[in-house]
Amino acid sequence: MGEIYYHIGRYSMLIFRVFSKPEKFSIYRKNFVQEIDKIGLSSIGIVSLMSTFIGVVIALQTASNIDSPLLPAYTVGFTVRQSIILEFSPTIIALILAGKVGSNIASEIGTMRVTEQIDALDIMGVNSAAYLILPKILAAIFIFPFLIIISMFLGIFGGMLISWITGIVTVNDYIYGIQYDFKPFSIVYAMIKTVVFAFVITTISSYFGYFSKGSALEVGRSSTAAVVYSSVFILLLNLILTQLILI
Amino acid sequence: MIEIKNLSKSFGDNHVLKNISVKFQRGKVNMIIGQSGSGKSVLAKCVVGLLKPDSGEVEYDNQDFIAMDLDEKIEVRKNIGMLFQGGALFDSMTVEENIMFPLTMFTDMKKSEMRDRANECLERVNLAGKNDLYPAETSGGMQKRIAIARAISMKPKYLFCDEPNSGLDPQTSIVIDNLIRDITEEMDITTVVISHDMNSVIEIGDYIMFIYKGENWWEGTSKEILSTKNQEINDFVYASEFMKTLKDKLA
Ligand SMILES: Nc1ncnc2c1ncn2[C@@H]1O[C@H](COP(=O)(O)OP(=O)(O)OP(=O)(O)O)[C@@H](O)[C@H]1O
Ligand SMILES: [Mg+2]
Repeated sequence: MGEIYYHIGRYSMLIFRVFSKPEKFSIYRKNFVQEIDKIGLSSIGIVSLMSTFIGVVIALQTASNIDSPLLPAYTVGFTVRQSIILEFSPTIIALILAGKVGSNIASEIGTMRVTEQIDALDIMGVNSAAYLILPKILAAIFIFPFLIIISMFLGIFGGMLISWITGIVTVNDYIYGIQYDFKPFSIVYAMIKTVVFAFVITTISSYFGYFSKGSALEVGRSSTAAVVYSSVFILLLNLILTQLILI
Repeated sequence: MIEIKNLSKSFGDNHVLKNISVKFQRGKVNMIIGQSGSGKSVLAKCVVGLLKPDSGEVEYDNQDFIAMDLDEKIEVRKNIGMLFQGGALFDSMTVEENIMFPLTMFTDMKKSEMRDRANECLERVNLAGKNDLYPAETSGGMQKRIAIARAISMKPKYLFCDEPNSGLDPQTSIVIDNLIRDITEEMDITTVVISHDMNSVIEIGDYIMFIYKGENWWEGTSKEILSTKNQEINDFVYASEFMKTLKDKLA
């Protein structure tokens, strides 16, 4: 139990240092742009692929389960839209990014720790926590919403594509479905979750990387811990945010 | 000048450093020697503030370093160059970017001025023209020299080198040793070198401190170390057959 408090304390102190006094704005801007590329743009491929396929599968599943004539044909489009916007894009994609981006961050920072590169920064008088972690947090908070929007768009598009190809419902019915009872607030809700998850993934992964010690083996362990804890916190916060915002 | 007073550091039950006091003079190569695991790196890390000592004082030119707040420490650290045991170059940057890094962080120099400084430093360590390589593309000896170039790019007042010649062949070792000595004299800085290589100790050590069982067991000049009667230091210095024969010849 004591260990939990220890981690929470050390995590808070790290985050505090991250947000205290950046040295030179121009350098942070340069790193921010690099991180956007590393964290965001390099994930577009996997996000697009996953989203399209999930959209397709949700459409097929829904169609095959609504043989009942009581349910209108637009249910397919409606269901795809709700599942994608409310849960799949913000939460499941965040879990996938926790795996990809989180392990990447933890191993990058962890390697810098065990090869004394972080000590080298500290000796020079650089605030190593801010220098390494702040650009990652800001880049993720900036770029994740775009990834999630792309994911939403492609997921819904995937459902439409498969409807058109297989004829499970007409494209008109599908389009009617995705517009039916649409509440713009659901997008806001998804974006709030996305920003929170971006913060969770980057800070937790940085934390495990930053406090790695010992050998390369330890870096592997930090990277696993980063993914596991980011995922657990995403699930927990998802529950809390849903409770707070939607209900 | 760096002065250490009664410095102690433990990790749990492991009392690594016990009441160490020593003075490192400016313009001299000061050496810390001792067996592997005797606490040399821990001492260096306490002195530069990467580890917090349990008790004791560290003074940089009579300023109490341990008592300073973080901002004041950062000011002192800008005058410290450090060569880490493993080099600690930034993998993601080229050689030139590594050397220019402290300059970009802490000075308002123009890009062209920084380049000139980087070239100067590279020339100083005999690596002119290697600007655009990445650390992974260079050899161990080159990495050490690049790390020295980075450590001197800010014209430090204090230079720490943790085993600058571990893992190097004897010739390259001597090149690095000479480099450290020449830089110390040219720039008139306080240099502290950690080593277990007796060759370097005799070659460049102006003042030597021997850590044994966590204590400052012996200190003196490189001449004195060869003639001392201290049993532990003799065991350390004359561990190799070569040194033993040398001793017999001298006697
Ligand atoms: N961060 C740490 N946490 C716990 N114990 C440590 C830590 N760093 C060093 N030690 C312990 O301190 C002792 C001295 O280690 P140190 O690295 O200073 O040795 P050294 O004299 O530099 O050895 P070498 O010549 O092999 O580099 C060792 O027993 C080591 O286990
Ligand atoms: Mg050591």
